[in-house]
Amino acid sequence: MLKRRIIPCLDVKNGRVVKGVAFLNHRDAGDPVELAAAYDAAGADELVFYDITASSDDRAIMIDVVERTAAQVFIPLTVGGGIRSSEDMYRMLRAGADKISVNTAAVLNPQIIEDGAKRFGSQCIVLSIDARRRQEDAARSPQASALAPEARWDVFTHTGANARATGLDAIAWARRGVELGAGEIVINSMDADGTKAGFDLALLRAVSAAVSVPVIASGGAGSLEHMRAGLIEGHADAVLAASIFHFGEYSVRDVKQYLAEHGVPVRLG
Amino acid sequence: MSIQSSIAVVDYGAGNLPNVVRALRSVGGDLTVTADPDVVRRARAVVFPGVGATRDTMDSLHRLGLVEALREVADDGRPVLGICVGMQVLLETSEEFGPHECLGILGGAVRALPAEQKVPQIGWNQLELNEAGRAHPLFRGIENGSDVYFVHSYYCDLADARLIAATTDYTIHFPSALVRENLTAVQFHPEKSGRCGLHLLGNFVHWTQTCT
Repeated sequence: MLKRRIIPCLDVKNGRVVKGVAFLNHRDAGDPVELAAAYDAAGADELVFYDITASSDDRAIMIDVVERTAAQVFIPLTVGGGIRSSEDMYRMLRAGADKISVNTAAVLNPQIIEDGAKRFGSQCIVLSIDARRRQEDAARSPQASALAPEARWDVFTHTGANARATGLDAIAWARRGVELGAGEIVINSMDADGTKAGFDLALLRAVSAAVSVPVIASGGAGSLEHMRAGLIEGHADAVLAASIFHFGEYSVRDVKQYLAEHGVPVRLG
Repeated sequence: MSIQSSIAVVDYGAGNLPNVVRALRSVGGDLTVTADPDVVRRARAVVFPGVGATRDTMDSLHRLGLVEALREVADDGRPVLGICVGMQVLLETSEEFGPHECLGILGGAVRALPAEQKVPQIGWNQLELNEAGRAHPLFRGIENGSDVYFVHSYYCDLADARLIAATTDYTIHFPSALVRENLTAVQFHPEKSGRCGLHLLGNFVHWTQTCT
Protein backbone atom coordinates (compact mmCIF):
# COMPACT_ATOMS: atom_id res chain seq x y z
CA MET A 1 0.00 0.00 0.00
CA LEU A 2 1.21 3.51 -0.83
CA LYS A 3 2.25 5.35 2.32
CA ARG A 4 1.24 8.87 3.31
CA ARG A 5 4.33 11.05 3.41
CA ILE A 6 5.77 13.31 6.12
CA ILE A 7 7.91 16.05 4.61
CA PRO A 8 9.94 18.47 6.75
CA CYS A 9 10.55 21.83 5.10
CA LEU A 10 13.67 23.89 5.82
CA ASP A 11 13.83 27.62 5.09
CA VAL A 12 17.36 28.39 3.94
CA LYS A 13 18.83 31.88 3.79
CA ASN A 14 22.37 32.48 2.56
CA GLY A 15 23.14 28.81 3.08
CA ARG A 16 21.85 28.67 6.66
CA VAL A 17 18.63 27.24 8.05
CA VAL A 18 16.35 29.91 9.44
CA LYS A 19 14.46 28.97 12.62
CA GLY A 20 16.39 25.73 12.94
CA VAL A 21 16.60 24.23 16.38
CA ALA A 22 19.27 21.81 17.45
CA PHE A 23 18.73 18.10 17.19
CA LEU A 24 20.42 16.24 19.98
CA ASN A 25 23.96 15.24 19.09
CA HIS A 26 24.18 17.53 16.13
CA ARG A 27 26.78 20.21 16.26
CA ASP A 28 25.26 22.78 13.98
CA ALA A 29 21.54 23.51 13.99
CA GLY A 30 21.94 26.02 11.19
CA ASP A 31 23.59 23.71 8.69
CA PRO A 32 20.99 22.50 6.17
CA VAL A 33 23.10 19.48 5.22
CA GLU A 34 23.34 18.26 8.81
CA LEU A 35 19.65 18.90 9.45
CA ALA A 36 18.72 17.06 6.25
CA ALA A 37 20.77 14.07 7.34
CA ALA A 38 19.15 14.17 10.79
CA TYR A 39 15.64 14.27 9.32
CA ASP A 40 16.52 11.39 7.00
CA ALA A 41 17.75 9.36 9.97
CA ALA A 42 14.55 10.23 11.86
CA GLY A 43 12.39 8.76 9.11
CA ALA A 44 11.42 11.76 6.96
CA ASP A 45 9.98 10.58 3.65
CA GLU A 46 11.23 13.55 1.64
CA LEU A 47 12.77 16.94 2.29
CA VAL A 48 12.08 20.44 1.03
CA PHE A 49 14.59 23.28 0.97
CA TYR A 50 12.97 26.64 0.52
CA ASP A 51 15.49 29.29 -0.48
CA ILE A 52 14.53 32.64 1.02
CA THR A 53 17.77 34.31 0.03
CA ALA A 54 16.87 37.83 -1.03
CA SER A 55 19.59 38.39 -3.61
CA SER A 56 19.95 36.22 -6.68
CA ASP A 57 23.72 36.76 -6.40
CA ASP A 58 23.69 34.35 -3.50
CA ARG A 59 21.94 31.58 -5.45
CA ALA A 60 25.26 29.78 -5.93
CA ILE A 61 25.28 29.12 -2.17
CA MET A 62 22.00 27.20 -2.50
CA ILE A 63 23.40 25.11 -5.35
CA ASP A 64 26.33 24.18 -3.13
CA VAL A 65 23.95 23.27 -0.26
CA VAL A 66 21.91 21.04 -2.60
CA GLU A 67 25.05 19.34 -3.95
CA ARG A 68 26.39 18.59 -0.47
CA THR A 69 23.00 17.30 0.69
CA ALA A 70 22.51 15.06 -2.35
CA ALA A 71 25.93 13.50 -1.74
CA GLN A 72 24.79 12.09 1.60
CA VAL A 73 21.00 12.07 1.83
CA PHE A 74 19.28 9.54 -0.42
CA ILE A 75 15.62 10.46 -0.13
CA PRO A 76 13.78 12.82 -2.48
CA LEU A 77 14.73 16.48 -2.22
CA THR A 78 12.57 19.35 -3.47
CA VAL A 79 14.02 22.83 -3.88
CA GLY A 80 11.89 25.97 -4.10
CA GLY A 81 12.31 29.72 -3.92
CA GLY A 82 13.82 32.00 -6.52
CA ILE A 83 13.25 29.63 -9.46
CA ARG A 84 12.21 31.73 -12.46
CA SER A 85 13.09 29.70 -15.54
CA SER A 86 13.69 26.14 -16.70
CA GLU A 87 17.40 27.03 -16.69
CA ASP A 88 17.15 27.75 -12.95
CA MET A 89 15.42 24.38 -12.58
CA TYR A 90 18.14 22.64 -14.57
CA ARG A 91 20.89 24.00 -12.31
CA MET A 92 19.11 22.75 -9.17
CA LEU A 93 18.35 19.34 -10.72
CA ARG A 94 21.97 18.89 -11.82
CA ALA A 95 23.05 19.83 -8.30
CA GLY A 96 20.96 16.93 -6.97
CA ALA A 97 17.40 18.15 -6.45
CA ASP A 98 14.72 15.68 -7.51
CA LYS A 99 11.87 18.16 -7.80
CA ILE A 100 11.46 21.88 -8.19
CA SER A 101 8.73 23.82 -6.45
CA VAL A 102 7.33 26.98 -8.06
CA ASN A 103 4.87 29.43 -6.57
CA THR A 104 4.90 33.17 -7.37
CA ALA A 105 6.95 32.62 -10.54
CA ALA A 106 4.24 30.30 -11.87
CA VAL A 107 1.46 32.79 -11.13
CA LEU A 108 3.38 35.52 -12.97
CA ASN A 109 4.37 33.18 -15.81
CA PRO A 110 2.40 29.89 -15.96
CA GLN A 111 4.53 28.86 -18.94
CA ILE A 112 7.33 27.98 -16.50
CA ILE A 113 5.29 24.93 -15.39
CA GLU A 114 4.91 23.71 -18.96
CA ASP A 115 8.55 24.45 -19.83
CA GLY A 116 9.77 22.52 -16.80
CA ALA A 117 7.41 19.59 -17.29
CA LYS A 118 8.31 19.25 -20.98
CA ARG A 119 12.02 19.44 -20.30
CA PHE A 120 12.32 17.37 -17.10
CA GLY A 121 8.99 15.52 -16.76
CA SER A 122 5.93 16.30 -14.64
CA GLN A 123 7.36 14.34 -11.72
CA CYS A 124 9.92 17.15 -11.30
CA ILE A 125 7.45 20.02 -11.09
CA VAL A 126 5.62 20.87 -7.86
CA LEU A 127 3.15 23.75 -7.91
CA SER A 128 2.90 25.42 -4.53
CA ILE A 129 -0.20 27.55 -3.90
CA ASP A 130 -0.80 30.10 -1.13
CA ALA A 131 -4.56 30.36 -0.67
CA ARG A 132 -6.79 32.50 1.50
CA ARG A 133 -10.53 32.24 2.08
CA ARG A 134 -12.65 34.86 0.32
CA GLN A 135 -13.69 37.78 2.52
CA GLU A 136 -17.31 36.63 2.89
CA ASP A 137 -16.08 33.29 4.27
CA ALA A 138 -13.33 34.70 6.42
CA ALA A 139 -15.53 35.44 9.42
CA ARG A 140 -15.75 31.71 9.97
CA SER A 141 -12.60 29.94 11.00
CA PRO A 142 -11.29 27.29 8.61
CA GLN A 143 -12.08 24.60 11.13
CA ALA A 144 -15.63 25.75 11.89
CA SER A 145 -16.53 25.94 8.22
CA ALA A 146 -14.73 22.79 7.19
CA LEU A 147 -17.87 21.41 5.65
CA ALA A 148 -18.98 24.59 3.89
CA PRO A 149 -19.43 23.46 0.30
CA GLU A 150 -19.66 27.01 -1.05
CA ALA A 151 -16.26 28.06 0.26
CA ARG A 152 -13.88 29.73 -2.21
CA TRP A 153 -10.20 30.54 -1.89
CA ASP A 154 -8.11 33.20 -3.60
CA VAL A 155 -4.52 32.65 -4.68
CA PHE A 156 -1.97 35.07 -3.25
CA THR A 157 1.62 35.69 -4.16
CA HIS A 158 4.02 36.20 -1.28
CA THR A 159 2.84 35.78 2.30
CA GLY A 160 2.77 37.94 5.43
CA ALA A 161 2.63 41.72 5.02
CA ASN A 162 3.59 41.51 1.33
CA ALA A 163 0.71 39.19 0.40
CA ARG A 164 -0.95 40.17 -2.85
CA ALA A 165 -4.19 38.83 -4.28
CA THR A 166 -3.86 37.50 -7.81
CA GLY A 167 -7.55 37.27 -8.72
CA LEU A 168 -7.11 33.53 -9.30
CA ASP A 169 -9.38 30.96 -7.71
CA ALA A 170 -7.23 28.41 -5.87
CA ILE A 171 -9.12 25.34 -7.09
CA ALA A 172 -9.11 26.54 -10.70
CA TRP A 173 -5.40 27.40 -10.45
CA ALA A 174 -4.56 23.94 -9.07
CA ARG A 175 -6.44 22.37 -11.96
CA ARG A 176 -4.72 24.64 -14.48
CA GLY A 177 -1.32 23.86 -12.97
CA VAL A 178 -1.87 20.14 -13.44
CA GLU A 179 -3.02 20.70 -17.04
CA LEU A 180 0.22 22.59 -17.65
CA GLY A 181 2.21 19.67 -16.26
CA ALA A 182 2.60 20.01 -12.48
CA GLY A 183 3.08 16.54 -10.95
CA GLU A 184 2.15 17.51 -7.39
CA ILE A 185 0.31 20.35 -5.67
CA VAL A 186 1.33 21.88 -2.33
CA ILE A 187 -1.59 23.78 -0.83
CA ASN A 188 -0.83 26.25 1.92
CA SER A 189 -3.72 27.82 3.81
CA MET A 190 -2.78 31.39 4.70
CA ASP A 191 -5.68 31.50 7.18
CA ALA A 192 -4.47 28.43 9.04
CA ASP A 193 -0.73 29.04 8.66
CA GLY A 194 0.83 29.89 12.00
CA THR A 195 -2.37 29.31 13.98
CA LYS A 196 -1.48 25.75 15.02
CA ALA A 197 -5.24 25.15 14.90
CA GLY A 198 -5.12 22.56 12.14
CA PHE A 199 -5.19 22.46 8.36
CA ASP A 200 -8.04 24.02 6.35
CA LEU A 201 -9.62 20.64 5.66
CA ALA A 202 -12.25 21.94 3.24
CA LEU A 203 -9.53 23.52 1.12
CA LEU A 204 -7.51 20.31 1.09
CA ARG A 205 -10.55 18.24 0.14
CA ALA A 206 -11.56 20.64 -2.60
CA VAL A 207 -8.10 20.61 -4.19
CA SER A 208 -7.73 16.85 -3.84
CA ALA A 209 -11.09 16.31 -5.57
CA ALA A 210 -10.16 18.73 -8.36
CA VAL A 211 -6.83 17.22 -9.46
CA SER A 212 -5.56 13.75 -10.36
CA VAL A 213 -2.06 14.25 -8.89
CA PRO A 214 -0.92 14.00 -5.25
CA VAL A 215 -1.80 16.89 -2.92
CA ILE A 216 0.49 17.99 -0.10
CA ALA A 217 -1.00 19.83 2.89
CA SER A 218 0.83 22.81 4.36
CA GLY A 219 0.06 25.42 6.98
CA GLY A 220 -1.71 25.08 10.29
CA ALA A 221 -0.62 21.80 11.86
CA GLY A 222 0.04 22.16 15.57
CA SER A 223 -0.59 18.65 16.81
CA LEU A 224 -0.31 15.02 15.83
CA GLU A 225 -4.08 14.86 15.46
CA HIS A 226 -3.95 17.74 12.95
CA MET A 227 -1.56 15.69 10.83
CA ARG A 228 -3.93 12.72 10.90
CA ALA A 229 -6.94 14.88 10.05
CA GLY A 230 -5.14 16.48 7.08
CA LEU A 231 -4.30 13.08 5.64
CA ILE A 232 -7.62 11.37 6.33
CA GLU A 233 -10.36 14.02 6.48
CA GLY A 234 -8.42 16.35 4.16
CA HIS A 235 -7.59 13.54 1.71
CA ALA A 236 -4.00 14.83 1.47
CA ASP A 237 -1.31 12.45 0.23
CA ALA A 238 1.42 14.09 2.29
CA VAL A 239 1.95 16.77 4.91
CA LEU A 240 4.63 19.43 4.76
CA ALA A 241 5.66 20.86 8.09
CA ALA A 242 8.30 23.19 9.37
CA SER A 243 8.01 24.60 12.86
CA ILE A 244 6.38 21.56 14.44
CA PHE A 245 9.62 19.66 13.79
CA HIS A 246 12.21 22.41 14.07
CA PHE A 247 11.16 23.47 17.53
CA GLY A 248 11.39 19.92 18.73
CA GLU A 249 7.75 19.67 19.81
CA TYR A 250 7.42 16.43 17.90
CA SER A 251 9.86 14.32 15.97
CA VAL A 252 9.09 12.77 12.59
CA ARG A 253 9.04 9.47 14.43
CA ASP A 254 6.40 10.72 16.90
CA VAL A 255 4.18 11.75 14.01
CA LYS A 256 4.55 8.45 12.23
CA GLN A 257 3.98 6.45 15.38
CA TYR A 258 0.77 8.36 16.06
CA LEU A 259 -0.44 7.99 12.48
CA ALA A 260 0.31 4.25 12.45
CA GLU A 261 -1.63 3.82 15.71
CA HIS A 262 -4.57 5.59 14.09
CA GLY A 263 -4.65 3.44 10.99
CA VAL A 264 -2.84 5.78 8.59
CA PRO A 265 -0.35 3.92 6.36
CA VAL A 266 3.14 5.35 6.96
CA ARG A 267 6.68 4.15 6.38
CA LEU A 268 8.26 3.04 9.66
CA GLY A 269 11.81 1.94 10.35
CA MET B 1 37.55 -7.11 -26.50
CA SER B 2 38.80 -6.61 -22.97
CA ILE B 3 36.30 -6.20 -20.18
CA GLN B 4 36.77 -3.14 -18.00
CA SER B 5 36.64 -3.43 -14.25
CA SER B 6 34.15 -0.63 -13.71
CA ILE B 7 30.36 -0.40 -13.91
CA ALA B 8 29.11 1.62 -16.87
CA VAL B 9 26.31 4.03 -15.97
CA VAL B 10 24.58 4.84 -19.24
CA ASP B 11 24.36 8.61 -19.70
CA TYR B 12 21.71 9.33 -22.31
CA GLY B 13 20.41 12.44 -20.53
CA ALA B 14 18.19 10.84 -17.88
CA GLY B 15 17.24 13.35 -15.19
CA ASN B 16 18.16 11.06 -12.32
CA LEU B 17 21.64 10.19 -13.61
CA PRO B 18 23.57 12.44 -11.18
CA ASN B 19 21.73 11.01 -8.17
CA VAL B 20 22.14 7.41 -9.37
CA VAL B 21 25.87 8.09 -9.71
CA ARG B 22 26.06 9.69 -6.25
CA ALA B 23 24.23 6.76 -4.65
CA LEU B 24 26.33 4.09 -6.40
CA ARG B 25 29.54 5.89 -5.44
CA SER B 26 28.40 6.13 -1.83
CA VAL B 27 28.23 2.31 -1.69
CA GLY B 28 31.66 1.89 -3.24
CA GLY B 29 30.79 1.55 -6.91
CA ASP B 30 33.68 2.03 -9.36
CA LEU B 31 31.85 3.80 -12.17
CA THR B 32 32.32 4.97 -15.71
CA VAL B 33 29.59 7.40 -16.72
CA THR B 34 29.30 7.08 -20.47
CA ALA B 35 27.19 7.52 -23.59
CA ASP B 36 29.70 5.56 -25.72
CA PRO B 37 28.22 2.25 -26.96
CA ASP B 38 31.68 0.65 -27.06
CA VAL B 39 32.39 1.57 -23.45
CA VAL B 40 29.01 0.05 -22.52
CA ARG B 41 29.93 -3.11 -24.46
CA ARG B 42 33.24 -3.44 -22.59
CA ALA B 43 31.88 -2.74 -19.11
CA ARG B 44 31.86 -5.38 -16.38
CA ALA B 45 28.29 -4.39 -15.55
CA VAL B 46 25.77 -1.81 -16.68
CA VAL B 47 23.39 0.48 -14.80
CA PHE B 48 20.70 1.96 -16.97
CA PRO B 49 18.93 4.81 -15.13
CA GLY B 50 15.80 6.54 -16.25
CA VAL B 51 13.07 8.97 -15.41
CA GLY B 52 10.45 10.57 -17.64
CA ALA B 53 8.93 9.11 -20.78
CA THR B 54 9.74 5.92 -22.74
CA ARG B 55 9.44 7.71 -26.09
CA ASP B 56 12.04 10.39 -25.23
CA THR B 57 14.28 7.70 -23.79
CA MET B 58 14.10 5.57 -26.94
CA ASP B 59 14.75 8.65 -29.12
CA SER B 60 17.89 9.40 -27.09
CA LEU B 61 19.09 5.79 -27.22
CA HIS B 62 18.67 5.71 -31.02
CA ARG B 63 20.40 9.07 -31.43
CA LEU B 64 23.39 7.91 -29.36
CA GLY B 65 23.59 4.50 -31.05
CA LEU B 66 23.01 2.73 -27.72
CA VAL B 67 20.14 0.45 -28.74
CA GLU B 68 22.26 -2.42 -30.07
CA ALA B 69 24.83 -2.12 -27.28
CA LEU B 70 22.12 -2.43 -24.62
CA ARG B 71 20.54 -5.43 -26.36
CA GLU B 72 23.95 -7.11 -26.49
CA VAL B 73 24.90 -6.60 -22.85
CA ALA B 74 21.43 -7.62 -21.66
CA ASP B 75 21.74 -10.93 -23.48
CA ASP B 76 25.37 -11.85 -22.77
CA GLY B 77 25.12 -12.51 -19.05
CA ARG B 78 26.76 -9.44 -17.54
CA PRO B 79 24.95 -7.84 -14.58
CA VAL B 80 22.57 -5.16 -15.77
CA LEU B 81 20.33 -2.99 -13.58
CA GLY B 82 17.57 -0.93 -15.21
CA ILE B 83 15.90 1.74 -13.09
CA CYS B 84 12.35 3.07 -13.63
CA VAL B 85 12.15 4.01 -17.32
CA GLY B 86 15.36 1.98 -17.66
CA MET B 87 13.19 -1.03 -16.72
CA GLN B 88 10.25 -0.07 -18.92
CA VAL B 89 12.17 0.31 -22.18
CA LEU B 90 13.44 -3.29 -21.88
CA LEU B 91 9.98 -4.36 -23.06
CA GLU B 92 8.71 -4.58 -26.65
CA THR B 93 6.29 -1.66 -26.78
CA SER B 94 4.95 1.26 -24.77
CA GLU B 95 1.58 2.97 -25.00
CA GLU B 96 2.86 6.22 -23.45
CA PHE B 97 2.10 9.22 -25.74
CA GLY B 98 0.99 6.85 -28.51
CA PRO B 99 2.20 3.27 -29.11
CA HIS B 100 5.87 2.89 -30.01
CA GLU B 101 8.61 0.29 -29.99
CA CYS B 102 11.07 -0.11 -27.14
CA LEU B 103 14.21 -2.28 -26.85
CA GLY B 104 12.32 -5.57 -27.10
CA ILE B 105 14.76 -7.41 -24.83
CA LEU B 106 11.81 -8.80 -22.84
CA GLY B 107 8.30 -9.63 -23.99
CA GLY B 108 5.50 -7.36 -22.89
CA ALA B 109 4.14 -3.84 -23.04
CA VAL B 110 4.42 -0.67 -20.94
CA ARG B 111 0.91 0.31 -19.88
CA ALA B 112 -0.73 3.18 -17.96
CA LEU B 113 -1.49 2.63 -14.28
CA PRO B 114 -5.27 2.43 -13.74
CA ALA B 115 -6.74 5.82 -12.86
CA GLU B 116 -8.63 4.59 -9.76
CA GLN B 117 -5.89 6.07 -7.56
CA LYS B 118 -3.72 9.17 -8.01
CA VAL B 119 -1.50 9.01 -11.08
CA PRO B 120 1.48 9.37 -11.04
CA GLN B 121 2.07 7.09 -8.09
CA ILE B 122 4.46 9.18 -5.98
CA GLY B 123 5.85 7.95 -2.71
CA TRP B 124 6.88 4.93 -0.66
CA ASN B 125 5.24 1.60 -1.36
CA GLN B 126 6.00 -1.97 -0.46
CA LEU B 127 8.06 -4.58 -2.28
CA GLU B 128 6.40 -7.97 -2.20
CA LEU B 129 9.30 -10.23 -3.06
CA ASN B 130 8.54 -13.64 -4.52
CA GLU B 131 10.77 -16.69 -4.46
CA ALA B 132 12.73 -15.61 -7.56
CA GLY B 133 13.37 -12.22 -5.97
CA ARG B 134 14.41 -13.57 -2.59
CA ALA B 135 16.85 -15.98 -4.27
CA HIS B 136 18.58 -13.27 -6.30
CA PRO B 137 21.78 -11.55 -5.05
CA LEU B 138 20.26 -8.13 -5.83
CA PHE B 139 17.75 -8.57 -2.98
CA ARG B 140 20.01 -10.26 -0.45
CA GLY B 141 19.22 -8.96 3.03
CA ILE B 142 16.24 -6.93 1.86
CA GLU B 143 13.20 -7.67 3.95
CA ASN B 144 9.98 -8.64 2.28
CA GLY B 145 7.57 -5.71 2.58
CA SER B 146 10.30 -3.05 2.57
CA ASP B 147 9.15 0.41 1.48
CA VAL B 148 10.85 1.92 -1.55
CA TYR B 149 10.27 5.16 -3.44
CA PHE B 150 8.18 5.21 -6.63
CA VAL B 151 7.47 7.93 -9.17
CA HIS B 152 5.67 6.61 -12.25
CA SER B 153 2.50 6.68 -14.32
CA TYR B 154 3.23 3.52 -16.33
CA TYR B 155 4.17 -0.04 -15.46
CA CYS B 156 5.61 -3.15 -17.12
CA ASP B 157 3.03 -5.69 -18.24
CA LEU B 158 5.44 -8.62 -18.70
CA ALA B 159 4.57 -11.40 -21.14
CA ASP B 160 6.42 -13.94 -18.99
CA ALA B 161 5.27 -13.70 -15.38
CA ARG B 162 8.19 -15.93 -14.32
CA LEU B 163 10.50 -12.91 -14.71
CA ILE B 164 8.74 -11.05 -11.90
CA ALA B 165 10.90 -10.76 -8.77
CA ALA B 166 8.63 -8.45 -6.78
CA THR B 167 5.22 -6.89 -7.13
CA THR B 168 3.71 -3.78 -5.56
CA ASP B 169 0.06 -2.99 -4.90
CA TYR B 170 -1.31 0.18 -6.46
CA THR B 171 -4.86 -0.58 -7.60
CA ILE B 172 -3.21 -3.53 -9.39
CA HIS B 173 -0.26 -5.69 -8.38
CA PHE B 174 2.31 -4.50 -10.90
CA PRO B 175 5.88 -5.86 -11.30
CA SER B 176 8.14 -3.60 -9.23
CA ALA B 177 11.25 -5.70 -9.95
CA LEU B 178 12.22 -8.30 -12.52
CA VAL B 179 15.14 -10.69 -12.89
CA ARG B 180 16.24 -12.83 -15.81
CA GLU B 181 19.50 -14.31 -14.60
CA ASN B 182 21.93 -11.36 -14.81
CA LEU B 183 19.42 -8.91 -16.22
CA THR B 184 17.65 -7.06 -13.40
CA ALA B 185 15.40 -4.05 -13.32
CA VAL B 186 13.33 -2.12 -10.80
CA GLN B 187 10.38 0.23 -11.24
CA PHE B 188 11.24 2.19 -8.08
CA HIS B 189 14.17 4.52 -7.48
CA PRO B 190 16.81 2.81 -5.30
CA GLU B 191 18.86 6.02 -5.41
CA LYS B 192 16.00 7.72 -3.53
CA SER B 193 14.87 4.85 -1.32
CA GLY B 194 16.98 5.66 1.72
CA ARG B 195 18.83 2.84 3.46
CA CYS B 196 16.90 0.10 1.67
CA GLY B 197 17.77 1.56 -1.73
CA LEU B 198 21.45 1.92 -0.84
CA HIS B 199 21.45 -1.66 0.40
CA LEU B 200 20.14 -2.83 -2.97
CA LEU B 201 22.71 -0.76 -4.88
CA GLY B 202 25.41 -2.11 -2.58
CA ASN B 203 24.22 -5.63 -3.41
CA PHE B 204 24.50 -4.82 -7.11
CA VAL B 205 28.05 -3.47 -6.72
CA HIS B 206 29.06 -6.50 -4.66
CA TRP B 207 27.45 -8.87 -7.14
CA THR B 208 29.34 -7.33 -10.07
CA GLN B 209 32.58 -7.89 -8.17
CA THR B 210 31.86 -11.54 -7.45
CA CYS B 211 30.49 -12.76 -10.76
CA THR B 212 32.95 -13.46 -13.54
